[in-house]
Amino acid sequence: MSDGEGAPGNDGSQFDRLPATADEREVEGRATREEVLDWWAERFGLAPETFANHTFWEKGKGKIWVFADDLPSPQELEGVGMTVLRTRQEHWKPTTTAVRKWGHLATENVIELSPGQATAFAAGHDQELPEWEGDWGYLIATHELAGDQVPIGVGLYLYDELRSVVPKGYQEELPDLGE
Amino acid sequence: MNDDGGVLDRYASLVDDEAALRAACERPLPSVVRVNTLAADADRVARAFDEEGTDYERVDWHDGLFRMANRSPGTTWPYAHGWVHGQEEVSCLPAMALGHEPGMRVWDTCAAPGSKTTQLAALMDDSGVLVGNDTSLGRLSALRHNAERLGVTNLLVDQQDARNYSLNGFDFEEFDATLVDAPCSCEGTIRKNPDAFDTWTLDHVHEVAGIQKGILRRAVQATRPGGTVVYSTCTFAPEENEAVLDHVLREEDCRVVEWDCPLESVDGVTEWHGEEFDPSVAKATRIYPHHNDTGGFFLAKLRVGGEDEGVSA
Repeated sequence: MSDGEGAPGNDGSQFDRLPATADEREVEGRATREEVLDWWAERFGLAPETFANHTFWEKGKGKIWVFADDLPSPQELEGVGMTVLRTRQEHWKPTTTAVRKWGHLATENVIELSPGQATAFAAGHDQELPEWEGDWGYLIATHELAGDQVPIGVGLYLYDELRSVVPKGYQEELPDLGE
Repeated sequence: MNDDGGVLDRYASLVDDEAALRAACERPLPSVVRVNTLAADADRVARAFDEEGTDYERVDWHDGLFRMANRSPGTTWPYAHGWVHGQEEVSCLPAMALGHEPGMRVWDTCAAPGSKTTQLAALMDDSGVLVGNDTSLGRLSALRHNAERLGVTNLLVDQQDARNYSLNGFDFEEFDATLVDAPCSCEGTIRKNPDAFDTWTLDHVHEVAGIQKGILRRAVQATRPGGTVVYSTCTFAPEENEAVLDHVLREEDCRVVEWDCPLESVDGVTEWHGEEFDPSVAKATRIYPHHNDTGGFFLAKLRVGGEDEGVSA
């Protein structure tokens, strides 16, 4: 299970709790709790307290899970909380479900879609949106429903285009609320 | 029309209105969704349904249940946002009967595909520890998907045989509450599974009853004194219901307690085919499809330990 000399490697069959900080890191390339909290704060403006009671876990290569409580590590279970983030790649990617759960707390890199755009986005369609003047990269796409902006999922903004990265299993033909 | 192959004949003597039971079993079941309170409250869901033109009817006995008129719930915005989940009315009872307190440790022994599990997570306000166990990896995949879709973070998904479940790996040795929504012959699901009676055999009933006894015994053992175990099935057969309770009452330290069922129901039966059960199984709840226009259901609430143990709980 070791992929480096003297250091324990990432074992894809088990859940390992993320180290608190880089000083405590034993597995090369593994994200730390601090890095995860910083990433959510920097990318989306989420306060680190949002996850104060949660623990973060890695299973497989770079897939981060979030659990509501504490637990001994490692764990050989089929699931520990829900997936929240994909790491071990240049641009970390939030999961659709994490964005749906916490996206309403985001203050940055949130793109508000019109009813027609929201319906296209939820169905998995990419669309030209040159009017966006914010950052490129992963955005939280929202639309208005029942009086508030509600996150639909993760979009990838590149070259005037918003790509829907809503996973196939979550794509759906939904009513256009503007009609 | 369902050809019940004589299955319902077995229960004619147990019901007040045999014709009504047979008629109800032949009607399709209404499509019902439960509000996922981790994501939205019921009034917000109602407003969203109104905005998109989805017709529904609020269920009178439960604020968070909607009967859908036409559209498949899956093609609505509230569903896409994880605000609602398909779950029939009687299926909401076990989690309600189990009770919940902040920081609880709860074991759902037969959790997949997870409608009751995710309801438990919502009642626990997504805190504490909820262990969702099942044997089949395919069904566990559905459980994981549903929990993720609804934004549940307090769930641990485990694959063990519940009959000899081990808590090794956790930093606690017993649960505060356990739900045994047991695998069963599913007679009560005839309205949504019209072939439920086709595969029915008495041998299968007896076989599954053995599994149910094993799971319920382990559930009582793994729950702290003073804690609660809820046993439920979606079948009418006393062999899988009261007889299972009777067996576990004799073998383990627990007793059946009253609970306040919000739906029309009748008591558990204390006698079946010449066999007499512990009189306390009458505290269990039987729901027939014609009572509330739902599926059929059975539920019993058990308290673990002797009279004086864990009285504060």
